[in-house]
Amino acid sequence: MLRIKNLSAGYGRLKVLRNISLHVNQGEIVTLIGANGAGKTTLLSTVCGLLRATNGEIYLQGRDISRQRPERIVASGCSLVPEGRQVFAAMSVRDNLLLGAFVRYRAAKNKRRSMDLKPVYQLFPVLKEREAQMAGTLSGGEQQMLAMGRALMAQPALIMMDEPSTGLAPMIVKNIFSIIRQLKDKGNTVLLIEQNARAALRIADRGYVMENGKIIVQGPAADLLANQDVQRAYLGQNVDNK
Amino acid sequence: MYWQQEKECMVREDMAQLQLERLQSTLFRAATHVPFYRAEFKKMNIDPDGFTSLDDLRRLPFTTKADLRDNYPYGLFAVPLREVVRIHSSSGTTGQATVVGYTRNDLKNWSDLTARIMTSAGVTPDDVVQIAFGYGLFTGGFGMHYGAERLGASVIPISSGNTKRQLRIMQDFKTSALVCTPSYALLMADRMVDMGININALPLRVGLFGGEPWSEAMRRELEEKLHIKASDNYGLSEIMGPGVAGECREANGLHINEDHFLVEIIDPDTLEPVAPGEVGELVITTLTKEAFPVIRYRTRDLTRLLPGPCPCGRTLQRMERVFGRTDDMLIIKGVNVFPSQIEAVLFEIEGTEPHYQIIVEREGRLDKTTVLVEVVNAIFSDQMKEQREFVNQIQKRLQVELGIGVEVKLVEEKTLERSEGKARRVIDKRQI
Repeated sequence: MLRIKNLSAGYGRLKVLRNISLHVNQGEIVTLIGANGAGKTTLLSTVCGLLRATNGEIYLQGRDISRQRPERIVASGCSLVPEGRQVFAAMSVRDNLLLGAFVRYRAAKNKRRSMDLKPVYQLFPVLKEREAQMAGTLSGGEQQMLAMGRALMAQPALIMMDEPSTGLAPMIVKNIFSIIRQLKDKGNTVLLIEQNARAALRIADRGYVMENGKIIVQGPAADLLANQDVQRAYLGQNVDNK
Repeated sequence: MYWQQEKECMVREDMAQLQLERLQSTLFRAATHVPFYRAEFKKMNIDPDGFTSLDDLRRLPFTTKADLRDNYPYGLFAVPLREVVRIHSSSGTTGQATVVGYTRNDLKNWSDLTARIMTSAGVTPDDVVQIAFGYGLFTGGFGMHYGAERLGASVIPISSGNTKRQLRIMQDFKTSALVCTPSYALLMADRMVDMGININALPLRVGLFGGEPWSEAMRRELEEKLHIKASDNYGLSEIMGPGVAGECREANGLHINEDHFLVEIIDPDTLEPVAPGEVGELVITTLTKEAFPVIRYRTRDLTRLLPGPCPCGRTLQRMERVFGRTDDMLIIKGVNVFPSQIEAVLFEIEGTEPHYQIIVEREGRLDKTTVLVEVVNAIFSDQMKEQREFVNQIQKRLQVELGIGVEVKLVEEKTLERSEGKARRVIDKRQI
């Protein structure tokens, strides 16, 4: 699905990513964990085309997207659920969702079908209830669902989520993670960026650990949960006292 | 049948991506956690972050058996000992021993890999697997044991030796798969005939043999005498143990578990890669080992990579059965023996000359080793008793050093053949 080889990127003279190699297979949840400033969001921005890579290759479904414009990348099947949700506060829930379908709407012969909100409402019944409400009036958890729903409206091949659990109450976080799991069960492919490493590794198939712009460990999620380096640094476990 | 089909039948391009990702994190791991590799990289001016292709591997330093010995016991471990849950050693002999460790994840991977080679050899959860490899420090017994358990077979951890008991258990427990060295399997076959056991009445159907070199002739003999399908597998304790590579039912080369091991074939003299398909020395880099990552380990084993896809459906590259070695190491009764070890012992004993010859023969099914030692003429005293004691002394010292018993014969000064250049220290008469 997604294959990144030796990707380097940065801002001006600041090099943030150094030779990142990573892949996501069809139907997998892959999580990218790491501390603040490790370069996780920079990596997502580069894949989305918001930031130009200085080196390396990004293939989405076999096609090189590393030189494409962001809207082309969305049309190629890669949608982002950005950090901090970034919903359009002054627009209704319904319009927020329809905007997510824009690339499909533009290309579609059957405009009505591209505007079908049913699948998203099935996954998030609460959005149906709030359909006409301004997005800014939603709770944090509901906004996160809206951002996810908006990304799904593009019917992406790959959904990338940037810190979906940030700023949410523990109960809501649990709910969000179970929804991500459901997305996988419905056949979606997810690249999940998280600081909540334990929760992310529990629902993921595989994981990558990033530090200082590099992947330092990767492997099956269960192996990473058992890896003592990962435990010490990212799972907040004091292995020495265990 | 596959054990991990998604890995064993992976599209080659995906395999290359996986190998690159794993190589990059292995290099990071080695450079940050193993002082030896950090120093080597620094010496060669290598930036471990700068690796962008599998071909870059060629720029990396080799790791040799001597490096492992120099860092005895724990110098090359990449994790603190508290994270190590198992320790093995290449052989129980002093001086030459090397130590390897495994984390919990390493053991899990190891079990999966030995389960893989057992499955590809035809073992199923319905099999009763008799493991007649030595248990203990040797990786063979435990490695295959955990793989057989992992795939759900019934495991008999009988270990090696006591052939009569092996055969009784084989009959009583209805063993269907046998795991041991090929020479021991042949010995068992002969004993069966001696004991009048009807092989046709036994459910034995598969044999997985490894731990020492063997041949197609031996395979035929084993298959005929034991009424089994005999399969070859390859591994070495420095890398992990069994599970590095194994034959499938096609019995045409050993599939290398490339998602965990990156292999190269090099010319042992120039150290450059050989042309594809040429014979050379096998060099292995581990891709997933946590406790004991090894970069470009020179196995000293000679083999070649086989071209073309395998009808079994696995996309893992195949290597030919190991032909021989690039050094003078002997494998006697499954134990690694270097002539230099023998030389070191003789050097310490007064009255012996630094001239010796090692003769290895196969008596019946087992290896027999005789060391001919030149001694100063004064030793050949009239006192037979003294001479016998002298021989006993050498024998004991060699036993302690090598871990196996050898015969010692004294010969007079200047009777052993002197050759120009490299001395012919070893005469290996074994027909395998």
